[in-house]
Amino acid sequence: MGDYTVQELTAIFAMQGFSGLSLFSVLLLMALGLAIIFGQMGVINMAHGEFMAVGAYTTYLLSVISEKYFPGFVQYYFLFAIVASFIVAGILGYLTEFILIRHLYKRPLDTLLATWGLSLIMQQSFRSIFGAREVSPGLPDWLMGSYQPTDMIDIPINGMFVLALTAVVTIGVYLLMYRSNWGLSVRATTQNRLMSGAVGINTKKIDRLTFALGCGIAGIAGAAFTTIASTGPTSGSLYIVDTFMVVVFGGAASLFGTIASAFTIAQAQSILEFFISGSMAKVITLLTLVVILMMRPEGLFSIKVRK
Amino acid sequence: MSKFNRRKFLGKTAALLSAMVAAGFISTSVMAAEATTTGQAVTDTTVSVGILHSLTGTMAISETGAQEAEKLAIKQINESGGILGRQIEIIQEDGASDWPTFAEKSRKLLVQDKVAAVFGCWTSASRKAALPVFEKENGLLYYPTFYEGLEQSHNVIYTGQEATQQILAGLDWVAEEKGAKTFYLIGSDYIWPRTSMKIARKHIENVLGGKVVGEDYKPLGNTQFGSTINKIRLKKPDVIYAAVVGGSNVAWFKQLKAAGITSDKQTLLTLSVTEDEVLGIGGENLEGFYSVMKYFQSLDNPNNAKFVKEFKEMWGEDSVMGDVTQAAYLGPWLWKAAVEKAGTFDVDAVVKASETEGIELTTAPEGYVKLHPNHHLWSKTRVAKWNKDGQATVVFESELIEPNPFPKGYQ
Repeated sequence: MGDYTVQELTAIFAMQGFSGLSLFSVLLLMALGLAIIFGQMGVINMAHGEFMAVGAYTTYLLSVISEKYFPGFVQYYFLFAIVASFIVAGILGYLTEFILIRHLYKRPLDTLLATWGLSLIMQQSFRSIFGAREVSPGLPDWLMGSYQPTDMIDIPINGMFVLALTAVVTIGVYLLMYRSNWGLSVRATTQNRLMSGAVGINTKKIDRLTFALGCGIAGIAGAAFTTIASTGPTSGSLYIVDTFMVVVFGGAASLFGTIASAFTIAQAQSILEFFISGSMAKVITLLTLVVILMMRPEGLFSIKVRK
Repeated sequence: MSKFNRRKFLGKTAALLSAMVAAGFISTSVMAAEATTTGQAVTDTTVSVGILHSLTGTMAISETGAQEAEKLAIKQINESGGILGRQIEIIQEDGASDWPTFAEKSRKLLVQDKVAAVFGCWTSASRKAALPVFEKENGLLYYPTFYEGLEQSHNVIYTGQEATQQILAGLDWVAEEKGAKTFYLIGSDYIWPRTSMKIARKHIENVLGGKVVGEDYKPLGNTQFGSTINKIRLKKPDVIYAAVVGGSNVAWFKQLKAAGITSDKQTLLTLSVTEDEVLGIGGENLEGFYSVMKYFQSLDNPNNAKFVKEFKEMWGEDSVMGDVTQAAYLGPWLWKAAVEKAGTFDVDAVVKASETEGIELTTAPEGYVKLHPNHHLWSKTRVAKWNKDGQATVVFESELIEPNPFPKGYQ
């Protein structure tokens, strides 16, 4: 390290710290939607990545429309795109639950196959509608580029944006699930469906809305990720493995577990990647996860229930 | 009653026979026998070929352009009178981004359809899967992608560049033009980037006298480059030398830009960005970086102007043509030249004609190319600088480079 000055090392240290945080926010944002669907409802949603792609394509469509018809709007459309992605993916999720998922609650393993099939159908639909090639939503200038607190430190603005968005969504989900009457009904339905029905909760409606919410959040994640990664028919499948990893490692049905798990995985990965090659870092992270899950099959945090 | 029937039957048979002769069914088999001795699907007026690319799955992104170019070339050949007086008929199969499917569909094309040639495959993995089938059934494959080399099959003509053609000229240019001494190598983790970087490292260390300050491989599909970018910042290389592919490529360039590493501060040379990839990456994220390969859509020559115009007429005004698209376009034309030289569609004769000097194209969009006896093409390598609009400006052009799929001293 003799070749480097103290300022340089400090700068790298700061930027490396931020890239860990940034990875944490990405993992958390993509896992939140799945944590709700898998954690609360026990549905293994293999099409989660494709709902993210729905968000990404919604953003792309809005970017094309605003470039063509409302050029003055180009700098701001992205904020609306996030809301629109939530709504579009949410509505699709609502329909999916109504048409497909609700028939399969008693057969949890079949939901895996059904949603995997759904993911293939959705991928091919993207390909038929938008073409097989990747597309690139025009992003507002203020989102791209870097913020420079000093000469040597560059903090990516899109990273900060995703971080802030993740914070907002996480707090929103927390308030909704743990501080609202609706959240109470959701948690009650998860724990004891029959009894919830008996006390007057419309469990079918709760299921449908929960699934829609999870898909809607996936849509938000998809929209946000257009700033850092690709938008194509199979982009969603790039995220699915990491997403399940975070949710399973954190322990299903635990929002706090999901946060802790995303943080642990992100930091481990980010620090390892700095010192060894990307592929080896991934291998070591995954091996560590396997070992920890062998010792704690229920994940980092789990709700204690009487069996 | 029965007598009448028999007479009717005899009459009908005679009519049928004379009709067959008139329609040329009988004479056909004789003439077709001259054009093929191995039972290929050749008639008096037609010859069947196969196109085998992924129309579905993750590779559809890349392979779409290749199959479009092959269809354009075949259409043009048909309009100009076909091959040996026969119109080319296309049998298209979908490799579905799945390597065993490529092998299975190759077998179907060769055994069941008996096609005279196949234009197809994109990734090395799909080619390696299909190769044993082509060798066993003695088929002929025209393979369009730039690839890692280290292969030369009797049954394959490689119309893209092998690794040394693409790599050495680009490195020489950057060392001379930019005075580059230190290099950071980064690629996706599979055979093509790994082999390419191995060749690059040897050339940098042994020939250019430079230094590789870092070498990094990311899993395919990786979307996070934060730590890698910090590593690069710490090492301060003169040149980032990149071979990241697929969706990762988009993430890589977006995050580079977001991290403030732009072309005014950093020279970056990539092996894996063509006009196709730019659609996903966005020209604004690439501006000022360099790609090195043999073809760019912006090449300024009459052949290319014609190719670009006709491609857009067939596939739409918005279509773009990348390196592999152009190489795929050469396939049917090279096959035509070899068949006409051999005077037959027989694979062994066509391969023999291809291996003797003199199969060349003066009308190739990339400029003059000729086939080397080692089944690869002599071609020029270009370095081009990306503009915001997604097109590149060529800044360097080499002489014709001899293909050398088994480079000594680089393995």
